[in-house]
Amino acid sequence: MSTLGKITRRGLLLGAVAVAGGAAFGIYQVQKPVENPLSPDQGATLNPYVIIDRSGVTIIAPRAEMGQGVHTTLAALVAEELDVDWTSIRVEHGPPSSAYYNAALMHGALPVADYAMKDWQHSVVGGLGAVAKLLGLQVTGGSTSTVDAYEKMRYAGAGAREALKAVAADRLGVALASLRTESGFVIAPDNSRISYADLAEEAATRPVPDVTLRPQSEWKLLGRALPRSDMRAKITGQAQYATDIALPGLKFATVRICPYLGGGMARFDPAPALALPGVEQVIDMGNGVAVVARNTWAAMEGARAVDVQWTPSPLPADMDGMFAAIEAAFDAEPNSTLRDDGDVATLPEGAIRADYRVPFLAHSTMEPQGATAWLQDGRMTIWAGNQAPRLCVQKAAEASGLTEDAITLHTAFMGGGFGRRAETDTVAQVARIAAEMSGTPIRLTWSREEDMGHDFYRPAAMARMQGAVADGRISHFNAAIAAPSVTRASMKRIMGRAPGGADKGHVEGAFDQPYAIPNYRVAGHLADLDVPIGFWRSVGASFNGFFHESFVDELAHAAGADPLAFRLAHVAPESAVAARVLERVREISGWDTPLPEGRARGIAMTWSFGTPTAVVIELARQGDRIRIDRAFMACDPGLVLDPGIVRAQMESGLIYGLSAAVMGEITFTEGRADQANFPDYDALRMFNTPRIEVAILNTNPHMGGVGEPGTPPAIPALANALFALTGTRARSLPLRDVADFGV
Amino acid sequence: MSISLTVNTTLYQTDAAPETPLLWVLRDELGLTGTKFGCGVAACGACTVHIDGQAVRSCQVQLGDVWGAVTTIEGLGGQTALQAAWERHQVAQCGYCQSGQIMQAADLLANNPTPTDDDIDAAMGGNLCRCGTYSAIRAAIHDAAKAGAGQ
Repeated sequence: MSTLGKITRRGLLLGAVAVAGGAAFGIYQVQKPVENPLSPDQGATLNPYVIIDRSGVTIIAPRAEMGQGVHTTLAALVAEELDVDWTSIRVEHGPPSSAYYNAALMHGALPVADYAMKDWQHSVVGGLGAVAKLLGLQVTGGSTSTVDAYEKMRYAGAGAREALKAVAADRLGVALASLRTESGFVIAPDNSRISYADLAEEAATRPVPDVTLRPQSEWKLLGRALPRSDMRAKITGQAQYATDIALPGLKFATVRICPYLGGGMARFDPAPALALPGVEQVIDMGNGVAVVARNTWAAMEGARAVDVQWTPSPLPADMDGMFAAIEAAFDAEPNSTLRDDGDVATLPEGAIRADYRVPFLAHSTMEPQGATAWLQDGRMTIWAGNQAPRLCVQKAAEASGLTEDAITLHTAFMGGGFGRRAETDTVAQVARIAAEMSGTPIRLTWSREEDMGHDFYRPAAMARMQGAVADGRISHFNAAIAAPSVTRASMKRIMGRAPGGADKGHVEGAFDQPYAIPNYRVAGHLADLDVPIGFWRSVGASFNGFFHESFVDELAHAAGADPLAFRLAHVAPESAVAARVLERVREISGWDTPLPEGRARGIAMTWSFGTPTAVVIELARQGDRIRIDRAFMACDPGLVLDPGIVRAQMESGLIYGLSAAVMGEITFTEGRADQANFPDYDALRMFNTPRIEVAILNTNPHMGGVGEPGTPPAIPALANALFALTGTRARSLPLRDVADFGV
Repeated sequence: MSISLTVNTTLYQTDAAPETPLLWVLRDELGLTGTKFGCGVAACGACTVHIDGQAVRSCQVQLGDVWGAVTTIEGLGGQTALQAAWERHQVAQCGYCQSGQIMQAADLLANNPTPTDDDIDAAMGGNLCRCGTYSAIRAAIHDAAKAGAGQ
């Protein structure tokens, strides 16, 4: 194990260490320094982000590495100021701690569109970071990690560097200003070198001097595509995910929970399972069973063999019933009208009306849910891939009966997250099983069927769209959107109660788009339907982007206008940043060059998570089938810290969106998911993924996210291309229902 | 009853049931966790290993049926031209499918040292990647082919 394996939680550290943490927070005007959760048993910790010991420099990147490259970029922020060799540093997740709160999570707190935020409003949300701090929100999500870390992790690196230099200056009897730093050494005027490791312990006892950050013009690491810190481990099979932890006497578990969502277990008989070779124990989990065995296969066979009688689900019996429950929400007053400009009550002659709908979706991360736990002498150690470590500890404590202080959580690499690992269900399960099996380390692995049947799904959603054009422009745009509320469902799980007020996440991707339309309204209706739902890559924008941008396309068609020029005419007066991504995607896609017969393009643009992203999809007929041949993306996240990672995230978000658009659909019968494994719920593969070109702009004055913004526009861009090719306007997903994509 | 099998040139003995899928023997009985579980039904390719140099889905091969020497991602050693290409192209995102992708690509290049895009589509279609690293995988395979990975 690495250095951090021995780190334990401890109380408030006084003196320099805590002040070092404070260096990161001065910019937020929050006076009380945070607790430094690091206490390595050798070496020194200079602040919650840097540990220096004899084996080198470890940077704590306290956000979940689930493929999005966050470890690399966060470590680069520290390394840029600390002057260490990029290839020599280690990067770790760090322990659960309020020190690692995510201030940028509050960026979404104001009920205004991101693109329209004034500078003073950006200051206000900066101040709201204090709220995230007080709540100790150590959460990875909302494409916020880099925005949150941008200043504080550079301060952490600079503060550590200056503290090391101050110790060296005293030892050498020279002026601080005469020293420089390079590759992990402080270098004296006579070119003699002292390694950081020789200075670190003393540096940790000193107050951190005031530091100023290096200007962008001096950056050596940031702004470049760096080799990812996790690459080597991931291409040699050495990266450790939560079910890869080797422990002495390890036993293997799986669960089988009532598949009728919201139902329970009337009775069960473990005997048929216990009769199988390798099965050792069957545990009552309340609404299902866990089976412990000598290996995971035996556990899964055992779980299937348990004789169980389930109780029914309270959910509607079929999809018609579910959509009826969603549609009923239109009859009630809207929860929000965050966009309500002009008057849409009276529509002119010739107005068009269209109803849209999208299905439930699963996350289907490559790594099914899993975790490892070991209860020894009243203390439990848990290894889990997760997006919310402090919440995991809380839920594990509730499930095991231990206090939170008795639980140590290690965050492992995640085999995909996409929002699924913001949930704590698997951690609670493994804690419960490990508590039952005291002394025995337990590795819990879900089957794919369990993973698909017990997701926190992207909700199904419906939209009623109305609009009109006059003189080639949109005169009226009225959207009503109905779905169960992800915000409320998630907060109920986390806090025990749902927040009131306008649910912004529910209408993101629709109410906050940079279109100049005189009569423009977006109403959010919250449906009463208790299917477990959660954050799914781009959340509300994953369906609102489709509704909004498909309907804009319908209006462009009604106006007889080119869909890209039509968008530009509405967007340019509202946002120069968004207009530039449209212009850029026009260039790289060759939009103005006509395509041969059998080919067609579609365009969409969504501003989400701070980053406007435009996508053009080019389709090609291949016999009776349609091939998604090419994709062009242009995004503007503002300052680009690692163009390689931004590009990878944009492609990733696009493919995730296209997969959902073409074939993503979860349906329920009697409250049980009809799809169980990849053959029923597939995704794009090598042969049906388009060639992708990405243009990254950096003119946005405010940094935006990159993990999610590629997903929302991909979906309508494909549907709009399908319309251009076939004349079929797809108002529901998935698109395989209306066209053969050869999947 | 003990069954012996050779994995990455090491001879192992295991008393796991002969119908245990090779995947779980590797991961749970032998502690070789570089090979991943994704679906259990040969639909995702995360568990791909080689038996006698041929790519197979280890979730579908029972321990008692293993017909030759097994090579896993750990057995590649990390210094192959293929992995070097993966590193140059910074392929992995979450990384979970990459062991299987690399083992499948190694099989492709061994049989076809200069694959076309269509060859890559055909050979790699069974390997799912939810992060969508396909462009980078394709580029890395072409690059590895140029570097003589399949020779």
